Amino acid sequence: MENKLEAKNVNVFYGEFQALNNINMKFKENAVTALIGPSGCGKSTFLRLFNRMNDYVDSFRMEGEILVDGNGIYTKDVLVDELRKGIGMVFQKPNPFPKSIFENVAYGLKIQGIKNKAVLKNKVRKALQQAALWDEVKNDLDKSALELSGGQQQRVCIARALAVEPSIILMDEPTSALDPIATAKVEELIHELKKDYTIIIVTHNMQQASRISDYTAFFYMGDLIEHNKTDIIFTNPEHERTQNYITGRFG
Amino acid sequence: MTRGQINRLKDKAFAYFGVFCTLIGLVILAFFIGNIFYDGITRIDWDFLTNLPSRKAEKAGILTAWAGSIWIVIFTFLIVVPLGVAAGIYLEEYGEKSKLSELLEVNISNLAGVPSVIYGLLGLEIFGRLFGMGNSILAGSATLALLVLPIVIVATREALKAVPPSIRAASYGLGATKWQTVWHQVLPASFGGILTGVILAISRAVGETAPLIVIGALAYVPFTPSSPMDEFTVLPIQIFNWISRPQHEFSINAAAAIIVLLLITFVMNGIAVYFRNKWQKKINW
Repeated sequence: MENKLEAKNVNVFYGEFQALNNINMKFKENAVTALIGPSGCGKSTFLRLFNRMNDYVDSFRMEGEILVDGNGIYTKDVLVDELRKGIGMVFQKPNPFPKSIFENVAYGLKIQGIKNKAVLKNKVRKALQQAALWDEVKNDLDKSALELSGGQQQRVCIARALAVEPSIILMDEPTSALDPIATAKVEELIHELKKDYTIIIVTHNMQQASRISDYTAFFYMGDLIEHNKTDIIFTNPEHERTQNYITGRFG
Repeated sequence: MTRGQINRLKDKAFAYFGVFCTLIGLVILAFFIGNIFYDGITRIDWDFLTNLPSRKAEKAGILTAWAGSIWIVIFTFLIVVPLGVAAGIYLEEYGEKSKLSELLEVNISNLAGVPSVIYGLLGLEIFGRLFGMGNSILAGSATLALLVLPIVIVATREALKAVPPSIRAASYGLGATKWQTVWHQVLPASFGGILTGVILAISRAVGETAPLIVIGALAYVPFTPSSPMDEFTVLPIQIFNWISRPQHEFSINAAAAIIVLLLITFVMNGIAVYFRNKWQKKINW
């Protein structure tokens, strides 16, 4: 397996505050990597580096390099909108657009200039099928996405990200606002998706990380403490701090 | 009295005081409107709405005045909406926080408080004389557009602010540019708020008198305008003109014209409320 993503000597600052300290990390292709750690440890900030979503924070500053498929994405000549077409993102709270289910999923395609109705219909259906939502909504595609349940909304958001056919999906605590049944569905979905996608998921839920990820990285106070195969992290971690966190002694 | 009794008494006292304060405004307004309706309602008939102005009170109508008002409203709308909405979008979505943008923001709020006569003088000098528009509808509309521009800018910004940041994040995350995000997601979601602001601004413009008098709007116009470069009068000026005459018949005419003006603003505000409710129902975050 290739290294799909890489962080090299990454430091991140918000004004005077340093949020990440010299992070070096590689992500394997078509694998799920979970980022865990207590609140404020920098894992979400780290996740958002890969599609440059931190750019909108006024005081944000980064040193070091982020490589996607071997190419630096923080160089001047990078077109951020092009970059994001290859990297989908799913957010903490389901955030569908206040439009129909169809329009939600088709949006990413439409802004790329795809107007052909048949093509759009086809891709929307494919994306909804991948997101395991098609059977539930196939007769209601014109219904507002806001009328769906939380779990369904989150799967619309996943379908929306999949529709533009990215190779990487970033997930920022995608199940934290969902009930256990909806969470189980999304987890199952992540398991399916990793065949074709490189997935990075931030989670607060230890069991979730152990269930769905191949690799796990533990962050603490802006440092990457440990990064290894998930079963090793959860059964035989190198660092005491990791051990303490996963056994629930702090955090 | 115990502490609790005193507290409850204070509570009650304030409730009565509040009712009293609310009523003062309402009673005075009701009295004013009642008085006008009593004077003017019988004067309103088809002839009054379709007659040209005249030296004889009983033959005088408000055709040129309300036609002028409508011309003014349309052109003010056409000028202020693109300017105000675009400026609001820039300040809220594009502009970066800096000393300059802060200064700009404070000044936009201040502009809303500048007396309208000052805008009239500005309009006279810039649109009337410098641009050579004279005392035309276009000069008047441009001046009024300037006057209500801050209202539209502020309303646009408030409406944009009310759109949750998560919607923008979702759009950017899919590779949308800033403009695509604004055009496809943020603007449609804030349309109701912007429209409300625009209609309130326009209702304010309908009632403005002073800047148009300064511009040189006429009190006596014996024709309805047929192009934006024509001279014009508007309802408030017609009212002002009639009120300042000594004959009682003219003040009845003024009362009738006030009723028409009130109806126009009332209907416009009603439309604003209707759209706001309709769009708020549609979008429930």
